[in-house]
Amino acid sequence: MTISIDPQKTNNESLQPKGWLRYFSFSLDHKVIGIQYLVCGFLFYLIGGTLASAIRIELASPMSDFMPRDVYNQVLTLHGTIMIFLWIVPVVNGAFGNYLIPFYVGARDMAFPRLNAVAFWLIPPSGLMLVASYFVEGAAQAGWTAYPPLSITTPQSGQIIWILSVLLLGGSSIFGGINFIATIIKLRRPGLKLMQLPMYCWAMLGTSLLVVLSTPVLAGTLILLSFDIIANTGFFNPVLGGNVVVYQHLFWFYSHPAVYIMVLPAFGLVSEILPVHARKPLFGYTTMVFSIMGIVVLGLVVWAHHMFTSGTPPWMRLFFTIATAFIAVPTGIKFFNWVATLWGGKISINSAMLFSCGFIINFVFGGITGVALAQVPFDIHVHDTYFVVAHFHYIVYGGTVFIIFSSIYHWFPKVTGKMLNEKLGILHFIITFIGFNLCFAPQHWLGLNGMPRRVAEYDPQFQFVNQISSLGALLMAISTIPFLINVFLSVRNGKDAGDNPWNSLTPEWLTSSPPPVENWEGEAPLVEEPYGYGKEISEQK
Amino acid sequence: MTTLDSSKEIQKNNSEVNETHEDFRMFGLITFLIADGMTFAGFFAAYLTYKAVNPLPDGAIYELELPIPTLNTILLLVSSATFHKAGKALLKDKNSDSQKWLFITAFLGIIFLICQLFEYFHLPFGLTDNLFASTFYALTGFHGLHVTLGTLMILIIAWQSRIDGGRLTSQNMFPLEAVELYWHFVDGIWVILFIILYLL
Repeated sequence: MTISIDPQKTNNESLQPKGWLRYFSFSLDHKVIGIQYLVCGFLFYLIGGTLASAIRIELASPMSDFMPRDVYNQVLTLHGTIMIFLWIVPVVNGAFGNYLIPFYVGARDMAFPRLNAVAFWLIPPSGLMLVASYFVEGAAQAGWTAYPPLSITTPQSGQIIWILSVLLLGGSSIFGGINFIATIIKLRRPGLKLMQLPMYCWAMLGTSLLVVLSTPVLAGTLILLSFDIIANTGFFNPVLGGNVVVYQHLFWFYSHPAVYIMVLPAFGLVSEILPVHARKPLFGYTTMVFSIMGIVVLGLVVWAHHMFTSGTPPWMRLFFTIATAFIAVPTGIKFFNWVATLWGGKISINSAMLFSCGFIINFVFGGITGVALAQVPFDIHVHDTYFVVAHFHYIVYGGTVFIIFSSIYHWFPKVTGKMLNEKLGILHFIITFIGFNLCFAPQHWLGLNGMPRRVAEYDPQFQFVNQISSLGALLMAISTIPFLINVFLSVRNGKDAGDNPWNSLTPEWLTSSPPPVENWEGEAPLVEEPYGYGKEISEQK
Repeated sequence: MTTLDSSKEIQKNNSEVNETHEDFRMFGLITFLIADGMTFAGFFAAYLTYKAVNPLPDGAIYELELPIPTLNTILLLVSSATFHKAGKALLKDKNSDSQKWLFITAFLGIIFLICQLFEYFHLPFGLTDNLFASTFYALTGFHGLHVTLGTLMILIIAWQSRIDGGRLTSQNMFPLEAVELYWHFVDGIWVILFIILYLL
């Protein structure tokens, strides 16, 4: 089919809102959609962060005094669901993916621009629905895992809205994944080879494969769960002859890869940021590509390590322990490569670099506790304790959220043409880093000593350590303030950035900042060496 | 905003550059069908696990009979062939032939759904009777939903392949090819479902 452009239509398109209003329209421009994802995600991050603060206030004292226990359960469920499905997954995939991938493959837009806009516009309504469920007989109480029989026996309406919302968000995620795969495989500029792509493309390709292969399984599972709740079937209800462990298997078949859906894009982003600010080529490009694909394959066959206490047979424990331990190999390769990229580089200490280094430190720690958790004897001891909470937050906050901030500092000049204030940025990093470690490091100790997760009350002997943790949470909440001030001030009167303030060689910087509507004036540049630092820059042209 | 479309030719605000790229809508559809197939894979895995570890409680009834589903399997296989004929006819610009084959395909789809409903009404168990009854209805129901959507899409493209003013021509085969691929996919899923649910 050929699309012929009639002048009438083009005129209508020029009537679309300009300026900030276009961020509220059904825009097909991948850059607008990327920013829509980012800002929408950040608003939900603020909501999720408020809920986290409520949890830490409640846990500052051993008794349940700040809120009733069922409200506490709703708050922790909403916190988990919002942070995962409305902040981290959409931002680290949707926001940066949409903004950067078309530049990296030398295209003018994503492969399916309309599908792209649909995928974004599924998010705000389902997010609002989820938050609003709190006001309709209370939100879901079964945690973000929604394990039956708990999710079947707690009040229905909240759980059903939760399922509906997660189904819509899953659909959005699948549409996004299809779009990224098609864009990276099919829309590459002629002459650009796969092995010349910036690392973020590989990370997004791997992530999108995981999204396409595992998210539909979650969707099917949640449909069955909703039947159990509404239609009184017994798929996961032992009273009616069902099997709860089947739910856990199906759920974790998505939700373990979901960890890689949250973390792999961050691996890609940090691989873009480190070489630029260290002025060195990315170390070990080929091994990076293979380790990403290794993580994708292994990530699909390790899910049952979440279920070592669910009566899993010994052979299954053995298999999943070994498979999980194997994931440390490709991940270790990637960390080795990042440190080697920094080694001997001309490192500029700026906010983007600091957050990336913070990521490396936090994630290595989270990775080590992850390998420990893969070991059955240890896992049984700390299962469902604060040790798991600490490990998980080291991965997704200390890992991914640090990279989200790092990426915002790195690409803010690209999007706005203005620089962010470095002093405020470094202040933001220091408070976040201290607050984060103060909040979550003590939780390892709490977990090892047997404090269970998801309970509003605890043994008074844990009070002091919990108060340290709450103090850290307070610092994390405060750390948002310099960041917000920084963004608002810099958008209005930030220093002019020029087109390429970091002297980066990746393709998105080879056009003006902010970029024109279809990315390039004239033909897209062919970037064969996106990390060719220390070589003649003229070779790149 | 942008005028880029996923079809073959793109034209941009910048009229000096004239770039084209191949049509990758089919690629996107295949990726989607893989995702859709994973939903079924999850259901099949759940059903097989139930079969392996959850015994049927005493007194529970779960018996299936073969004649109707076998007829349904034949109906769907034949409908895949008639759909293929429709594509061949359109390629030779024989729009009315193509339309005829499409209507036959849609008719077979509707017969399939009627047979399915007939089976539902004559089974000795209901949705909530026991675990296997629930799984049976969930699996066949989810597949039936796919057949319903497919039949509707076939009727739409049959209308679009009309001779005067129809959108489908031998130059614009994509809608027909897309629905055909989807239909073959639904057909293939049925064969797996038939083996797992009725024969195993």
